[in-house]
Amino acid sequence: MSEIERALRGAEIPGDDVEAAVVRFLRRAERDGPVDVAYEVVDSPLGPLLVAVTARGLVRLSYGDEGDVLEELAGELSPRVLRLPGRTDEVRRELDQYFEGRRRGFEVPVDWTLTRGFTRKVLRATARIPFGRLSTYRDVASRAGSERAYRAAGNALGSNPIPIVVPCHRVVHAGGGLGGYTGGLGRKQFLLTLEGSLDATRR
Amino acid sequence: MGVGTPPFQRFLEEHGPDVYRFLVASVGRHDADDCFQETFMAALRAYPRLRPGSNLRAWVMTIAHRKAMDTHRSRRRRPEPVGSVPDRAGRPEDDGDPGVWRRVRNLPPRQRQAVVLRFVGDLPYQEVARAMGTTDAAARQNVRLALRRLREEMA
Repeated sequence: MSEIERALRGAEIPGDDVEAAVVRFLRRAERDGPVDVAYEVVDSPLGPLLVAVTARGLVRLSYGDEGDVLEELAGELSPRVLRLPGRTDEVRRELDQYFEGRRRGFEVPVDWTLTRGFTRKVLRATARIPFGRLSTYRDVASRAGSERAYRAAGNALGSNPIPIVVPCHRVVHAGGGLGGYTGGLGRKQFLLTLEGSLDATRR
Repeated sequence: MGVGTPPFQRFLEEHGPDVYRFLVASVGRHDADDCFQETFMAALRAYPRLRPGSNLRAWVMTIAHRKAMDTHRSRRRRPEPVGSVPDRAGRPEDDGDPGVWRRVRNLPPRQRQAVVLRFVGDLPYQEVARAMGTTDAAARQNVRLALRRLREEMA
């Protein structure tokens, strides 16, 4: 490699400049970019939450930070996935209020695109369980149209792409056991305690 | 998940810094930011139409190359500032630029773009040629001429 070649390859530019350019681009994309999925990672008492929205509404909420969720969204929805905090503001505000005990229901529209068939029916039924109330796997299966499919209902709840807002934590065993939770049982207990319904389960 | 097109956020994080370096080398610090915005907005618009498994680096460098050419063309159309008229808050345009890149920008356009795509964009000759719409041989020749000229100037 010649000296000139090395100089061309090795020349450094201030990292701050790059960062500033990226920030300006994101701001512009937020204003008028053709972005299909906007996301942000927000803090919560249950740790970081990844919140993703489309033009239709909240499409994904996931415990933890980015992980593989961005790849999942790119594959399932559109690769135009960008971190744009402004577009997730409304969801974040409602989540904050919920965790502070100042909100009992969510108003942000839900985009059900990531669900289909029986799963979607189960989750739609689940979305109607009110704050502070509990339901059973058999009950949501029945309201989704098939009482005997309570195991399938359990699987559907386990694949809930929008936990908390679609309150799958309110579904428990008929016998009083908590059942399962994708985010871990500790989180389910936390949410039910927050809603004042943990005592109702006989554990 | 196979080789689907990665989320744009990842694409931006992975290639943003290299595209920015490429643009500073090609058009200078002053215009690099505008070109960067134009490059990634164009990429965002076209992104869903990309074939999975495309060479993303070569693709975005090609867009950046076109934006850089636009900038050089529009500069030629607007009157050049005379002598050492300082631009932007009294700073000369090249303030802070690595010296070798400043020399690169005074090369004839095709030599400049070829050498910058090759060594700052780090593209193989085949991709340099494709980005510039020339043959491999022409791309190599432009890089050779550019290097010779830089060597003479810096000797």
